[in-house]
Amino acid sequence: MTKKTGGPLDSARTRAWLRTAALYLDRDKDRLTRLDLAIGDGDHGVNMHRGFLAVTAALDEWEQDDLTAGELLIAVGDTLVSTIGGASGPLFGSSFRAMGKTLSAPGPDDDSRRFAAALSAARASVHRLGAAEPGDKTMYDVYEGAVDAFTRVADTGGSLEAAARAAADAADAGVRATELMQARRGRASYLGLRSVGHQDPGAASLALIFHALAHALEAK
Amino acid sequence: MKKLINSAESLVSDVLRGMAIAHPGLRVDHATRVIARAGGPVPGKVGLVSGGGSGHEPLHGGFVGRGMLDAAVPGEVFTSPTPDRILAALRSADSGSGVLQIVKNYSGDRLNFAMAAELAADEGHEVRTVVVDDDVAGADGGAGRRGTGATVFVERICGALAEEGADLAAVAEAGERVNAASRSIAIALSPCTAPAVGRPGFELGPDEIEFGVGIHGEPGLRREPLRPARELVARAMEPLLAGLPPGGGESLVMVNGLGATPLQELYVVLHETAGVLREGGLNIAHSLVGNYVTALDMAGVSITVCRADAPMLALWAAPVNTPVLRWGC
Repeated sequence: MTKKTGGPLDSARTRAWLRTAALYLDRDKDRLTRLDLAIGDGDHGVNMHRGFLAVTAALDEWEQDDLTAGELLIAVGDTLVSTIGGASGPLFGSSFRAMGKTLSAPGPDDDSRRFAAALSAARASVHRLGAAEPGDKTMYDVYEGAVDAFTRVADTGGSLEAAARAAADAADAGVRATELMQARRGRASYLGLRSVGHQDPGAASLALIFHALAHALEAK
Repeated sequence: MKKLINSAESLVSDVLRGMAIAHPGLRVDHATRVIARAGGPVPGKVGLVSGGGSGHEPLHGGFVGRGMLDAAVPGEVFTSPTPDRILAALRSADSGSGVLQIVKNYSGDRLNFAMAAELAADEGHEVRTVVVDDDVAGADGGAGRRGTGATVFVERICGALAEEGADLAAVAEAGERVNAASRSIAIALSPCTAPAVGRPGFELGPDEIEFGVGIHGEPGLRREPLRPARELVARAMEPLLAGLPPGGGESLVMVNGLGATPLQELYVVLHETAGVLREGGLNIAHSLVGNYVTALDMAGVSITVCRADAPMLALWAAPVNTPVLRWGC
């Protein structure tokens, strides 16, 4: 596989990723609200939007502070924890913190394998905090497929861009799969069988973040 | 959506400003959104903190005061407060004797309070947590029972015990016992509308009720036809009593309006509840009837029963002075 030479996930590309994610979450706020109204209380879209608005508001300041990509992602995680609220705050926040910590520590030289390790750490942090298993109808169902897909491409010498695109496609499949599941975690679990037939809103948000990564990396 | 608000964004701050005017016994920190006892933490007394999403007023701010909470921390509507806010509440409540945080069993609340407890421990605060999980509806979903009405019982009994000078372990243990002895169930006659969402969480026909609802406007276990109160209460009490420890004796009962229920209907429900309890050999030692744990503008009722032992009953009757519960002082 030939590598595109987009370079590593540096601060500039990380900022582009976060700005794109904020745009996607803003664009799809109403769709996320509708998903959450069906099996939750309908505030997921608003909460995610509030969190990423706070992130984009702080991006310029962080740019002046000359943060590395790792430091930037840790700051993003802290901001999300203190602005989203609910379960999504700690879960999305700890995801970004785990990515940032992994990128800040010594790791593989290869850009895509290095970021694969960061994504694995994010998945592990959500697994640990949320105690969700595959099939529970949560964002973890997106993490499973997306991180595996990213890692497969990275391990076979694929570029960051190719790995991110594979992860975004797998994320979509993960969101679709949640539709048929009965929720066993989070507020939707109280609906029992009535949770079947609806996509999980947290999974849908996470898929948007993977799409934002692919889009931002592909942008010239 | 018709609501007496300025905007969804300013709602929680506006509520806190009103509470500060109404209740001089409270000290409201508008920066951290922590509602605390005006006099600060009581030396030698274990601190009590609770919180969670807004929209359940008077929970939790209305229960701050002597004999109940030292601090309450509200989040956005139906959204857990963030760890930094909870940490501010834990700091404000700790006189050096440790803090008990009372947390309703929702993923969001548990995650944020757990993170806050870790941060507080790093600063040298001793923190224990009691998780309240009393709602028998949806208990087999995987996330366990939700925390609802029993929170009031836990806050009151732990608060009274802390006021007597009990240590942190004893206060936490009492909270666990009250929770284990309490169960709740709720019925909605109409849905609620969260201000930031702007539309109801579900739709009900004129002759339909939602059985087994939570307190966040989410749908319940199932939809049922409206029936006379006697039949509705009988159906609701069946899973509730099945979840309580077996046996007769004394009980604490709360018949709680979900936000838009006339008081007269709550009295009707209390009367029917008392009848069912009597058949089960339970006497009502104390009851609360009114709006205590609401879900915005939802019409409906939740019933909470605690099979209380003698120490719990004595603590319940001890002096309390909060905006909502006040007796003996």
